[in-house]
Amino acid sequence: MLSIKNLHASIDGREILRGIDLEVPTGQVHAIMGPNGSGKSTLSYVLAGREGYDITDGSILFDGEEIVETPAEERAAKGIFLAFQYPLEIPGVATMTFLKAAMNAQRKARGETELTTPDFMRRVKTSAEKLNVTQEMLRRPLNVGFSGGEKKRNEILQMALLEPKLAILDETDSGLDIDALRVVSDGVNALRSPDRSMLVITHYQRLLDHIVPDVVHVMAAGRIVRSGGPELALELEANGYADYVGAAA
Amino acid sequence: MNAELRSLRTEAETALAESFAAARNSLPGSATVKAARERAFAAFEGKGLPHRRTEPWRYTDLRALLRTVPPRAAGAAAATALPADPLPGLDRARIVVVDGVWRPELSDLAGLDGVTVTATERLLAEGDERLGGQAGRLDDAMVALNTALMAGGVAIDVPAGVDINRAVEIAHVTTGAVATYVRNHIWVGAGGSLRVLETFVGADAAYQANVVTEAVIGDRAKVIWAKLQAEAASSVHIGTLAASIGAEAQFDHLTLMTGAALSRSQSFVSFGGEFARAGLFGATMVGGRQHADIMLGVDHAVPNGASRELFKAVMDGRAEGIFQGRIVVRPGAQKTDGRMMTQGLLLSEEATFSVKPELEIFADDVQCAHGATSGQIDEDMLFYLLARGIPRAEAETLLVTAFLAEAIEGLGDEAIGEAFEVVARDWLARRGRMVAP
Repeated sequence: MLSIKNLHASIDGREILRGIDLEVPTGQVHAIMGPNGSGKSTLSYVLAGREGYDITDGSILFDGEEIVETPAEERAAKGIFLAFQYPLEIPGVATMTFLKAAMNAQRKARGETELTTPDFMRRVKTSAEKLNVTQEMLRRPLNVGFSGGEKKRNEILQMALLEPKLAILDETDSGLDIDALRVVSDGVNALRSPDRSMLVITHYQRLLDHIVPDVVHVMAAGRIVRSGGPELALELEANGYADYVGAAA
Repeated sequence: MNAELRSLRTEAETALAESFAAARNSLPGSATVKAARERAFAAFEGKGLPHRRTEPWRYTDLRALLRTVPPRAAGAAAATALPADPLPGLDRARIVVVDGVWRPELSDLAGLDGVTVTATERLLAEGDERLGGQAGRLDDAMVALNTALMAGGVAIDVPAGVDINRAVEIAHVTTGAVATYVRNHIWVGAGGSLRVLETFVGADAAYQANVVTEAVIGDRAKVIWAKLQAEAASSVHIGTLAASIGAEAQFDHLTLMTGAALSRSQSFVSFGGEFARAGLFGATMVGGRQHADIMLGVDHAVPNGASRELFKAVMDGRAEGIFQGRIVVRPGAQKTDGRMMTQGLLLSEEATFSVKPELEIFADDVQCAHGATSGQIDEDMLFYLLARGIPRAEAETLLVTAFLAEAIEGLGDEAIGEAFEVVARDWLARRGRMVAP
């Protein structure tokens, strides 16, 4: 599904990713853990196609296709979804307008017909109920006045509706209390499927109690420095990142 | 030797002087009106066209920008085919004014029971004392020029207590390369209510429209007023609103500017009675080499008035957007509450936005504030939309529409707001086609 080789990326001349190698096979959930400043969020942005980063070396293959030069909107239509650490509040853009624009744009890009309004409404209603996203939230401008938990649930709602092949969850647990974390995790787990891969980026192990990964990678100073099973997350929780920060420096 | 320094007349000023000289005896109006014309032209001639040292016009140097002046419109054009409806789908009565002349046969006055619509010519002939009551207090060369040459337009009179639900539009249409000096009046009596639209469209020609609308909003009256300036691409639009609002009246006004090569829209609102509330909103959308200037003057002459001013402007290409807003709180106008905000959105590197917000406060117990921002499309918001698969042009349209929506919705009239949002989206769609690869 996702194959990253020797990826180097910088911003404003500062190198943040320094040779990432990562394979995420179809149907697997991989976690990336690492200390602050290790480049985790940069990796998520670079995978989603955010402008402003210079990819100085390496490649990103998605379904075997090089996407380093592909614009963000085309990557989304190919099936890459980024759940934002800080979902944007966009005053004046109605949540439903946004959801419909996104779903239909992706369908159009894939050569599919646009959704009818009743079909669209039905899909939103079904997914929203599961995630405890209320009709009142859906009537508001996108994320405006949403609590941290509401914003994250809205991200997972978008993921459910857009049905990506690869979901990148960037610090989805940040700002969530235990109850909100459970709702969000249940929502993510419901979307696990043999055709869908996930890359779960997190600083803390607690999210991985709920979304249990197949593989855990440790990122430090712009590289993957260690990979292992779910037990690696527990080890990090116990010992912290001190070893890796030291090793990378 | 004459010691008075007199700048040389520009070609446009010469043309205006000749135009007035040729028309002064044939322009409509009573002896009083004729005398007012002479005084107004003398005032205009003394100042000449506004230029960059005329402070309220500093960003719109008409002496430099107005190279020539086309001939005055000479009566009703024969045209019966009007340009496309600029607000399709919006139900309203229409008073169609072609080249300054009210054309009842093209108009639709249904739903205006109790309202009187009169041609300005009749007011001029009768020397109606309400003529000039609002415009007369303005010290502005282009208003003076309008007074000197005024011809055409209508007066809408809503008697006290009459509540008109159907919106009424004064639809200004210009059919060729002429100059028009329309004068309109709107009077809403105590406790009356009215929804007004002023629209401006025209044939593809280098015409110049100088329109002045005087309004007197009575005590406790409620008026919603939306102006759409969608003039032809090579035209000049100078529009002025001079309004006074009575005690406990509610006046909401929106100006949407998208047309004309050179445009200036001035709104002067004076609080004549206490506990009145005014909402003044603006949305400008210009591109290419358009120049669009908004001038706002709010005069809190009495205590306990509240005003909200929110003006948004989107500039593309090499367009120049301008906002000047001035809130004056007179001595004794205690408990005035005035808040003015202007925001510019620049869609290209070459576009510019100039702002000059001013507060002049001569009372000590007031709440007043102003703010101004200018920037580009928010990159974080844009990326959020792109990352969901929304193509760039559509994402930009969503964000720009959202930016303008706050001002358009400020008017507080859903039907008019929706019609104006369609105008905004159409502008963005045209822009999208222009920038598409």
